[in-house]
Amino acid sequence: MVEMVSNPMANEPNPTDIQTTKLYEAWGLTEHEYDLIVDELGRLPNYTETGLFSAMWSEHCSYKKSKPVLRTFWSKNERVLQGPGEGAGILDIGDNQAVVFKAESHNHPSAVEPYEGAATGVEGILRDIFSMGAQPIAVLDSLQFGDVTSKQTQRLIDGVVAGIAGYGNAIGIPTVGGAMNFDATYQHNPLVNVMAVGLLDQDLLHVGKAEGAGNVVLYVGATTGRDGIQGATFASAEFDSSEDQNRSAVQVGDPFMEKLVMDATIQAIQEYGDVIVGVQDMGAAGLVSSTAEMADKAGMGMILDLDQVPQREENMTPYELMLSESQERMILVVKKGHEDAVKQIFTDADLNAIVIGEVTDNKQYQLTFDGALVADVPVDFLTSAPKVELPQTEPARLVEATTAQYQPEVTDATAVLKQLLAQPTIASKAALYRHFDCSVRADTVIKPGGDAAVVRVRGTEKALAMTTDINSRYTYLNPYIGGQWAILEAAQNIVATGAEPIGITDCLNFGNPDDPEIYYELAQSVAGINEVAQVINTPVISGNVSLYNETDGTAIYPTPMVGMVGLHTSTDDITTIQAKQAGDVVYLVGELKAQFNGSEIQHMQTGSVSGDLFSINVDHAQAVQAKILEAAQSHYVNSIHDIAEGGLGVAASEILFGTPFGAELTLAAPIGNAFSEAPSMFIVTVAPAEQAVFEALMGDEATKLGEITENPTLKLVAQDQTINVSVSDVESMYKDSLWQQLQ
Amino acid sequence: MKSVVVRFPGSNCDEDMFYALQELGLNPSFVSAQSDISLADYDAIFLPGGFSYGDYLRTGAIARFSPIMQAVQAAADNGQLVVGICNGFQILTESGLLPGQLMMNEVPGFICDETLLQVEQAESAFTNAYTTDEILIPVAHADGRYYADEQTLADLESNHQIVFKYTSNLNGSEDMIAGITNKQGNVLGMMPHPERAVDPLIGNTDGQNFFKSILATVATQGVN
Repeated sequence: MVEMVSNPMANEPNPTDIQTTKLYEAWGLTEHEYDLIVDELGRLPNYTETGLFSAMWSEHCSYKKSKPVLRTFWSKNERVLQGPGEGAGILDIGDNQAVVFKAESHNHPSAVEPYEGAATGVEGILRDIFSMGAQPIAVLDSLQFGDVTSKQTQRLIDGVVAGIAGYGNAIGIPTVGGAMNFDATYQHNPLVNVMAVGLLDQDLLHVGKAEGAGNVVLYVGATTGRDGIQGATFASAEFDSSEDQNRSAVQVGDPFMEKLVMDATIQAIQEYGDVIVGVQDMGAAGLVSSTAEMADKAGMGMILDLDQVPQREENMTPYELMLSESQERMILVVKKGHEDAVKQIFTDADLNAIVIGEVTDNKQYQLTFDGALVADVPVDFLTSAPKVELPQTEPARLVEATTAQYQPEVTDATAVLKQLLAQPTIASKAALYRHFDCSVRADTVIKPGGDAAVVRVRGTEKALAMTTDINSRYTYLNPYIGGQWAILEAAQNIVATGAEPIGITDCLNFGNPDDPEIYYELAQSVAGINEVAQVINTPVISGNVSLYNETDGTAIYPTPMVGMVGLHTSTDDITTIQAKQAGDVVYLVGELKAQFNGSEIQHMQTGSVSGDLFSINVDHAQAVQAKILEAAQSHYVNSIHDIAEGGLGVAASEILFGTPFGAELTLAAPIGNAFSEAPSMFIVTVAPAEQAVFEALMGDEATKLGEITENPTLKLVAQDQTINVSVSDVESMYKDSLWQQLQ
Repeated sequence: MKSVVVRFPGSNCDEDMFYALQELGLNPSFVSAQSDISLADYDAIFLPGGFSYGDYLRTGAIARFSPIMQAVQAAADNGQLVVGICNGFQILTESGLLPGQLMMNEVPGFICDETLLQVEQAESAFTNAYTTDEILIPVAHADGRYYADEQTLADLESNHQIVFKYTSNLNGSEDMIAGITNKQGNVLGMMPHPERAVDPLIGNTDGQNFFKSILATVATQGVN
């Protein structure tokens, strides 16, 4: 029985105890970092202060280890209204409107508590969007799981899918797309990356800044409990399967509360935007991170009275109040004298809205509790974790690899095609996506199953295309080329819908960066993404890093997920993947290169991937995509589908699914090439009347393959073999395989 | 013609409904479920989809106690049209304005899809503009399995209160019921979402005639 004490801090170790027992190490601070704090403060930090630094200097909050790499990202062009460093990035889309987007990982929580981990992943990213003053309009999920047949994976899938559904459906923001991949590399470290997209009236743009001494700090939303304490530190360490995992580090979500907070925040910004100085959501490291960052961005100080913080549990200490990651909470900084009007909007919605402090001009971050000053540290020091320069080494597997290509065994091409369509990575995920509400808000033009999702901008001619892409088998074989490929693949998906790619966000999922080989993979992947970003003019406006994705010393494949948004200036340009009519001419656009290292067919036939990747001619890839976009915008084409995992054979099948048609195609190459994977390839159908203008536009980039037929059979005649199969046969493989494997 | 969309805390199809009503000329406005004003001026009252009050208890179980529900009841008694879509249907059954109950889907889990409905009553206040028996309408629910006892089901059938049926077993509903009216025919609840199917750009316009039917009904009745 714990004795009740009047001041809950009474049982905390004193500063000397913290120093001698090195308690800070258990919270993730190094001895060097601790010594820096002692030097700067000129005294030993107390329990609360040590907690503040441990959270703020965690990799999750400070990016101290990844920053040297992240800083290289290209993030400025004519559209960029807000680049990295805020809740989300913002791009101008004309008409005084802007698109706001960001992706975030929730990998560690989802591994431990799949339902709540995934649910609060959706929740956190939505708060990032509406904290900028934007209305969230769509969510996408990029999910990576282990072996689909294992019970552990199935339990994770059930939890994650239910969590995303439970949260996204209830809050009423459609889940319009994403991806789901399976590979043994994720067996113990599943990845849950969530991207959210919002729409902003540029006049309402708000950032997280605490300007103006005397202005008030307003806490709105849910109460603060003990959930998620040290969540940021938890996300900055790897798993050890011999230890019990810390479930208290996972937060619990309440979508109803979040909807109230979202609607009230947007309403407050609409009605009182001129007196709301800054808005910030409470995410990782909760109250301390949100308020300290706001003060730092404005070059100000802040004093908070923790007795005012609404609490859900009794006897909470300053440490707990500051580090709690309870959800559905926001911080608003409001011009002094206007707080009552702003508060009213929240109290009308039955939400807490409480002044907990004010902005000061002494640049100190100060906390009072029970009448005493319990923390007093410089703001800029608290928010500036010491940078860590980490060594890089090229992994041995990369040094030794050659581009000699795997040669697939194709004795029965029809059987190989069916087998490919049944692979969990390729097979339809519809049975799982069906649990996500993709059509609420009634703006979703292209639903899950297309190359990219498309959401119209109501009241305008515009629409936004959006996608998430990663194939970590490529980044494993060559982190630089894999990085290039991930962003090219995203762009391919965007242009295939007829939209112009305008920007990207990312989630960089890697292992422990202290391993020089892993740091090399991170740096190379980022360099690859960054090179292509500049060529295709898609600045990197936001992103997130998730490191320490490893268990018992084995890291996941390097997994830099790219989230991209594209703009349709006219909804008339929206193009879908399905064949539209018999008699249309079918073309292959791009160069069909025999490349099998890292491909689905290599994995399917050998159980793993190996070898190096061919280098990518990025300028050529970009030129092909530009022509595809022009063909879509000129309305020369009836359908466009990008060719990705499984190659031309799979893509040619997919354009027939859900249609009454077949296709008769001829490939002037060995049949194996129908399963080759290379960037910037498309399969396109064109009405005979548009054939001449289409061919003139494409020049050498288009190869005529054949035509769409009334007869629902896919016939693909290659030099050495012919695929000849009824569309319903291959469609049932595609539709039913994943579902059957999950039973 | 004047219509109104009731916003419950946690409603999330309120704006979709508003836009659909606006586009089809039903002249909508919003009212908060927390207010206790009269709804006597409105020809049609819409309870939209969503998760009212979070729906952490039985769906609609808290919303039925909202202050506005007295006015909804009065409007129903007065012969005005009352429409509950999805969560709105759940609220109407909880309130006793419609018989039966919506339960968890037979296979637990949320279903987002488009589904074929059979229009069972061609002349109802909500279907008179349809010219085909089968329509394709979006569905999005986890608790859509309609249940009622045998006598109630028999009464629904004999009184021609079953307006829409699923054409295949979507969620385990008794008699594949997707939408019903009250005995008088002026209160309708349905799980599918016609308001998500009114715009060619979104790829489905089968919901338009639902709203056109209501327009025609109001025009014929000459209310307001």
